[in-house]
Order: sequence, then C-alpha cells, then structure tokens
Amino acid sequence: SEGASKVSLLKKVPALKDGDFTLAECTAILLYLSRKYNTPDHWYPSDIQKRAQVDEYLSWHHANIRANAPKTMWIKVLIPLFTGQPLPAEKLQEVMEGLCTSLKQFEERFLQDKAFIVGSEISLADLVAIVELMQPVGVGCDIFEDRPRLMEWRRRVEEAVGKELFFQAHEMILNIKELSNIQIDPQLKEHLAPVLMK
Amino acid sequence: SSGQHRMEDFRKVNALMKVPALRDGSFTLAESVAILLYLTRKFKTPDHWYPSDLQKRAKVDEYLSWQHVNIRGKGSKLFLTKVLLPLLTGQPLPPEKLEEVTEELNVVLKQFEEKFLQDKPFIAGSEVSLADLVALVELMQPVGAGYNLFEERPKLAEWRSRVEEAVGKKLFQEAHEGILKAKNFTTDEIAPELMEHFKHQLLKQ
Repeated sequence: SEGASKVSLLKKVPALKDGDFTLAECTAILLYLSRKYNTPDHWYPSDIQKRAQVDEYLSWHHANIRANAPKTMWIKVLIPLFTGQPLPAEKLQEVMEGLCTSLKQFEERFLQDKAFIVGSEISLADLVAIVELMQPVGVGCDIFEDRPRLMEWRRRVEEAVGKELFFQAHEMILNIKELSNIQIDPQLKEHLAPVLMK
Repeated sequence: SSGQHRMEDFRKVNALMKVPALRDGSFTLAESVAILLYLTRKFKTPDHWYPSDLQKRAKVDEYLSWQHVNIRGKGSKLFLTKVLLPLLTGQPLPPEKLEEVTEELNVVLKQFEEKFLQDKPFIAGSEVSLADLVALVELMQPVGAGYNLFEERPKLAEWRSRVEEAVGKKLFQEAHEGILKAKNFTTDEIAPELMEHFKHQLLKQ
C-alpha cells in the first residue's frame, strides 16, 4: 500500500535494483558497486590486510555506531511525528550514552591517529561511518563538537568525497526537522505508534 | 594464576574483548566476519565459500551484513539472558523475560527462512558459503542455551544438516562441544573480566 511504501523509505533504505537482481544492506550494496564498476582501489583495498581492516570496521559498525546513531533521529523526530507524543528525555539520554561509548571505541580502536580508518586513504569504512554519524547531527546532536579528532576526520572525508556531493547526499538528513511539518495519515500513525514505542 | 595470564594474552590480541580474534605475525584482527574473509583470501579457499560471481557474492555480503543485529544479535541475546543472567543475579530467570527474548529470535528466524534461505539448499544457492557457516554457528548459541529452535522447523533442520555435512560432521561437533554444554556453566568457568563484559552486553539489550 502507499502508506507502507512511504514507511519503507524510512525503514529499509537503501536498496539496489540491477535488472532482475535486487539487493539490500548498505554494506553489500557498496561492495557490489565497487566491484561492478571497478572503483579506485582505496575504497576496498586489494591489500588483504588493509581490506581486512575495512571488513573489521564494517562488521563492528552494525552493532555499534549503526545501532546507536540513528536512534537519535527516531527519538527526536520520527517517534514524536508518528505517535504525536513529545520527545522522551530519559530515552534520549540513554541513547546518547550508548552513542558516546561507540564513539569512544571508534576513535580509540579504529581511527586512532590515522587520517582515515584504514590509513592514509579513504575507504568504504569511512563512508559507512560518516553516513550514520550525520544522523545525530541532522537532529541537533552535534557529536563532532567536542571531538576535535573526529571533526578533523569528518572534514577529510567530506573533502575526499567532494563537499557538494556530500551535502547533497545528506540534504534529507540535515533537513529532517522539516519532516515534522508533514501530515501523516492517521491510520498509519495508529498502526505504527505501538511498533515505534517498542 | 593461569586464568589471569590467559586473559592478559587474550586481551592484548583483542582490544574489544570479543571472541574470536586472529593474530598473523604482527597483524591482529577481530570480528568473525572479517576473520573469515581474510582467511578465504589468504588461503585461496574453494570459490563457493565466497563466490567470485558478483551477484552470488553480493548475496553472501547481504546476509553477513543483516545477521549482525538479527540472527547474531537475537541469538546471543537469548544465550546471555538464559545462561548468564541467572549466574550474574543469582536469581532464576523470570519466564516472561525468556518468552520475550525467544519471541524476538523467532521473528528473525522467520525472516531468515523467508528472505535468505527460501527454497534453496543454501543461502547463496546450490553451494554452501560463509553465509551458511556464520548463520549456523550463531544459531548454536541459543541451541546451546537450551532452545531447540530446529525442532519445529523442518526446512531449517534440513539446511543445518546440509551445512554440517559440508563442513564435516565430526569437525562441526568438536567445534561446538563447549557451547552445547552451556546450560551447565557455573561462574567458576568464566573469567571475571568476561563476566563483567557480558554484564555490559546484557544491560545494553
């Protein structure tokens, strides 16, 4: 139904369709594209140790950064939008604490004093990380503010991707607050509210 | 004590204190998926483990990505809740808690069958791959905790049998000896730092 497809836009982005072939999961899609289009080596280095470090980050990412960062968006914008209830403050506190722990590990274990996660060149690991980390920024939780090392890394990633392209890609996230003004079908609200409150 | 010593060595290799870890000379690696991929490349394992066909490979990647918060996440949550929580609290597990984590796992098991396995012999198609290996290994955790999830799922049970055979039944059995005794774990068998770590994991859930 139409309502469901609007939701799936928020729930299961991204997805790829290549002829008959469909693929979900951001990591899988990026890897597929890097292979299909033979992208420059640094995105997924052919050196097996560097490649392993990208894999290591991509694996850890799911249960950590990806588990925590998007929750800020849910708590601050999407849940109030769909349930009509105000932002739960303790819930946000909880989420921010989880995110802080992940950010600490990110800096100390993965980034350290290197320019990028795998070394001197940007890779899929940095891309996947930054995309997730832009979500709290988009809802006003600027996690880069008190973290100079992360801030520098973000600057480098933006430059490597291309500033204009970077902002285009994040336009929706950075304007997510605009979403609050959208009218949501009351039936959809009713259906989603209990799911979201879990 | 030797337990302490083991813990120190293990921690040097694994800053995240998460089993498993690999050390290859001065190169260290954590995260089981990363380790498996590294090994397939280093030892040029048979193609089916991580198919060179772009689309098959993508299907393996898709599963390996999805599984983190789903099969792996919910399977280990059940294991931690059922086996470790009572050890930590010294109290028996409330039945509603067990029901809750079991239901969460049931939901992802359904997704696994319907989206990833479907009517194929293996996740990527006709041959076993890393996706099947990782899936089955993670499912052994709730099994080890006493949840017979294969019992009423014949398709899954058949798939399990095929994967075990592809790996080698004896080797598979050996690898899972420990986890299959998990129900009988006592606090003595677990290093205190590891218990602390599991406590954090449980609280995160």
